Amino acid sequence: MGARRYVGRKFLQALLTLAFVLTFNFVLFRVLPGDPVGLLARSQRLTEQDVAALQAELGLDQPIARQFVTYAGQTLTGNLGVSLRSAREVTATIWSRIGPTVLLVGLGTLFATVIGIWIGIKGGWRRGSTFDTTSLYGSLALYSIPEGWLGMLLLLVLSGMLGLFPAGGFETGGETGVARLVDVLDHLFLPVLTLTLGYVGQYAIIMRSSMIDVTHEDYVTSARAKGVPEHLVRRNHVVPNAFLPTFTLIFLNFGFVLGGAIVVEAVFSWPGLGLLTYDAINQLDYPVIQGVFLLSSAAVIAFNLVADITYGYLDPRVREA
Amino acid sequence: MAVEQVQEVRSPRALVWQRRRASAATHWRTFRRDRQGMVGLGILSFFVVVAIVGPMFIDPAAIEPATADGPLLAPPSIDYPLGTDNFGRSVLLLMVQGARISLLVGFTAAFGTMLIGSSIGITAGYFGGTRVDTMLNAVTNWFLVLPWIALAIALTAVIGPTLVNVIVVIAITSWASTARLVRSQSLSVKERPFMERSRALGAGHWHMITRHVLPNVFPILFANAVLMIALAILSETTLSILGLGPANAISWGRIIDDSFSAGALSAGWWWWLIPPGVAIMLVTLSFTMVGFALDEVLSPRLRSR
Repeated sequence: MGARRYVGRKFLQALLTLAFVLTFNFVLFRVLPGDPVGLLARSQRLTEQDVAALQAELGLDQPIARQFVTYAGQTLTGNLGVSLRSAREVTATIWSRIGPTVLLVGLGTLFATVIGIWIGIKGGWRRGSTFDTTSLYGSLALYSIPEGWLGMLLLLVLSGMLGLFPAGGFETGGETGVARLVDVLDHLFLPVLTLTLGYVGQYAIIMRSSMIDVTHEDYVTSARAKGVPEHLVRRNHVVPNAFLPTFTLIFLNFGFVLGGAIVVEAVFSWPGLGLLTYDAINQLDYPVIQGVFLLSSAAVIAFNLVADITYGYLDPRVREA
Repeated sequence: MAVEQVQEVRSPRALVWQRRRASAATHWRTFRRDRQGMVGLGILSFFVVVAIVGPMFIDPAAIEPATADGPLLAPPSIDYPLGTDNFGRSVLLLMVQGARISLLVGFTAAFGTMLIGSSIGITAGYFGGTRVDTMLNAVTNWFLVLPWIALAIALTAVIGPTLVNVIVVIAITSWASTARLVRSQSLSVKERPFMERSRALGAGHWHMITRHVLPNVFPILFANAVLMIALAILSETTLSILGLGPANAISWGRIIDDSFSAGALSAGWWWWLIPPGVAIMLVTLSFTMVGFALDEVLSPRLRSR
């Protein structure tokens, strides 16, 4: 398959998935137990007139097909409705919360991948060594810890008992310039540490097992047979090929990291999308929950597309599959 | 096997089961040599016994907020080995009750995951290459891509956080990877010669799927199920911390959430926060170790390395 056709097909698949998410979102909040007004009535006690007025306002008295068309049109033009609590537009609210989440998820993923891959390369290359066994059990243990609880534990000990770090939030406030930057980093340290610890194990395990897979390939044996020094075999023949599956995982895992970030933000009161979601859950603010669902799904779909296209470029064999 | 030949003639079904029992016994002997798997199994057995037997010895009034009569937020003592919570309930008793709920969620949610994932995966694989496969595969890929947490939050927020709903939500959000695994295995089983022989003898789709594909997919499914239980327990914890845990039951995740909401972090009530997290970690780790060990026992490709 040509490169252009491959990219085209992947792009089309991503669009179809997005269409599925749009439909799913519509069905979930309109057809399941209650329509948005029913859900609102449950959470806010509305009179029958209120319900009828709201239904007319939201267009819920229209036929379902027309509702879907209106909904799809609005969503595609970036109109996600209005928050039930703050009366602000959902799109604007979400937009203002993206920065902190990108900062947190970005740094957490960066540290987790770099450290995890380093551990995986070292352990997989010397399989069965003390370093390998220790890091493998360590990775498994880290994988088994719920991120939210890990964050709480760090807060309990390092912030609550020892007072080394602030108890949460983005900044203390009132600082400017370099002092503010230091203050934000101080607040950022524990949440990033939590995310890093939460995901480093998975990357280490994947990198290790793909190192072990590649070490058994014929081209590695031939490299050794023609006298390539061990460190060059590792650097030029094993690591680049072992890196491929890990690379896809980094992108595919983005959805999970996002999930971890939601919990970590809730624990550390980090004012990103996660905290927004957490507050929306507790206030039954359905438009916001829907908006975050759409946005995070779209982000994950986009990341998968990038992963597919890059992978097809790095490893032309997958284009044939 | 030599034993079978000296025995009297039996029905084919009895023979099949005899062979399966023999094969299970062989696998068990291999598994027993895997130290990691056995340690995991040991820890799990402890928690399973606690979850089944423990709650029988608990007076329901002692873990009911209104009727609990212990001191409030007392640190560990002889009477209350893990201290008490803000209602004066013994954290140890909550942990025992939590073991039942958390394991129940883990087992049932993983069972649901297997049920959905294997039916879709086997159907897709068995009808591989046809329109049925294309369609099921598309749905599977959609669910693989959707961020599970966002989907779980949206679903739970709409249908309400009860114990049954949380189990259903976890199953609905986690079946896709199982379906993909089962599909690829079914695709390879489908190409084996005995399938053609069976078809030539007049077997229908149902017979072929249940009698030939399923038994061959089962080992992989079993190892996957064990790993899925671990994932389900972690998912329940995440949902609980977000306030979407089972509202009508005490799970380990719920204990964590309660202590967090009551302000355990700043007040330093460590005895309330630490035990549930440690228990979740131990159980998840054990399921993972058992799952990895099963993978090695049941798929000879790994064993030979």
